[in-house]
Amino acid sequence: MTEGAATAAEPGLGVTLSELYRLFKLTVRCCLEGGLERGSVLRQMYEIGNRSLVFLCIVMGFMGMILVYQAGLQTQRVVPDLSLLGATFLELLVRDLAASICALMLATRVGAGIAAEIGSMVVTEQVDALHMCGADPIKHLVCPRFLASLGMFVMLVVVAACVAVATGAWTASAFFGINPRTFWNLSLLSASDVIVGVTKCLAYGAAIPVISAHAGLTAFGGSEGVGSATTRAVVGSSLAVIVLNFIISGTGYLIFGP
Amino acid sequence: MSSPGAPLRDESPSLSGLFGSVSDVVAVVGAEGVLMSRIFSRTLSGSVDRAELMRSLYRMGLRSVPIVAVTALFVGGIMVIQAAPIVERYGAHGLLGWGAGFGTLREIAPLLTALMISGRVGANNTAELGTMTVTEQVDALRAMAIDPIGYLVTPRFYGIVITLFLSTILADVLALLGASLAGRVLLGVEPIVFYNGLTSGLLGIGDVVHGLVKSAVFGVAIALSSCHYGLATEGGAPGVGRAVNSAVVVSAAGIFVIDYLLSFAIS
Repeated sequence: MTEGAATAAEPGLGVTLSELYRLFKLTVRCCLEGGLERGSVLRQMYEIGNRSLVFLCIVMGFMGMILVYQAGLQTQRVVPDLSLLGATFLELLVRDLAASICALMLATRVGAGIAAEIGSMVVTEQVDALHMCGADPIKHLVCPRFLASLGMFVMLVVVAACVAVATGAWTASAFFGINPRTFWNLSLLSASDVIVGVTKCLAYGAAIPVISAHAGLTAFGGSEGVGSATTRAVVGSSLAVIVLNFIISGTGYLIFGP
Repeated sequence: MSSPGAPLRDESPSLSGLFGSVSDVVAVVGAEGVLMSRIFSRTLSGSVDRAELMRSLYRMGLRSVPIVAVTALFVGGIMVIQAAPIVERYGAHGLLGWGAGFGTLREIAPLLTALMISGRVGANNTAELGTMTVTEQVDALRAMAIDPIGYLVTPRFYGIVITLFLSTILADVLALLGASLAGRVLLGVEPIVFYNGLTSGLLGIGDVVHGLVKSAVFGVAIALSSCHYGLATEGGAPGVGRAVNSAVVVSAAGIFVIDYLLSFAIS
């Protein structure tokens, strides 16, 4: 029932992309104009940043343990020497996994939150009320979330990556007997890895709130509408993360070489 | 302004919040356990609605094929791009298939497919059940002496588990296809070399089974949290949003924790 309504409401990919681009342009313009309520950005930073921290740390902590364990097991099948395990793990983490896994998690946690919040404002006509008051919903609802997500994303990824390194180092020493000093090997890490990693953080941090806010703003039809908006936000943000990852990784590989 | 997006109290960083979160986690796991035992008792007594099961399978499974396919193809490409520096460093082009293959089959394909299915199917299912709960359609079923667990929840539970299992098989195949294409374009590794690396004996059927067992357990976790939060929805449209948010967050965290435990249990 909900499914049918959702599909009927789903416009083509091209239309959605052009709408997303328009929303992104409007949001950036609003942010550059300034005059945002300062408290609202801080509140969103707390909502998006601080409140996601525990969830992200748990997920990335387990991620670090899983990766080192699986990679160690597989490498042992080919070469007995595991001394480069830490260096490779750190390189992968900085260049890709920290940003991408965190982004997938935030796409569910933050994306669903934004869409649910804005979507329920839309179906309870609070957004229309804003319009009536001459207030721009994009400025009051989308801009604070956009700025907050852009700002908090890099910090969240750094903290979560540190947790992953710590649990990874513990796994390496507990299961494969690798000294944490050997594990903490930055020799494979180069500036290009950091550039690619930070670019990813910024791209995901910008894409997730815009896609989720678009899903929320286009919600209609009571509680069913809020539900399907939330679903669209999660699916759209996750797909965007994977496609952006492919594009940025590929471009980085072509620019910086292996 | 109230914040209807706040999903769970457990994410507040303070110490009391942390202890609150422990009891929240226990409560959710307990409720899901009870739900699972009810679903199994309906399964054993055979009071599962067959037509509803078929409908669930069609809407959840068949309709998810495009998104699973797109995700898998891109993920295969990403795996090769990430493995490329290592392969170039050692000049081990023959090992590309092995490297991309074990990562994809054992971890990445089950994990990412589970996350996508949790977002697409799990969230949708929570929204649907939540809407039925807040508009009192579930109570109406009870009033007509139709068991909501047998009629609504059990078919959806099996729908999600079967969907995720089959999607993971599809994702395994397509991710390896995507990886071999990306290897050909980026590294100039011929697909035949890639498949030799894949089948040269370093990877076995065990790796595929490892991934599929995981995906079955992930499916149970997603289905339980999705159905649990859907039935526990209260408070109108914002309530449905909150329920969906909680369901996807709990599914995602659950997937990673289970992945870790299973990696040890079945290696």
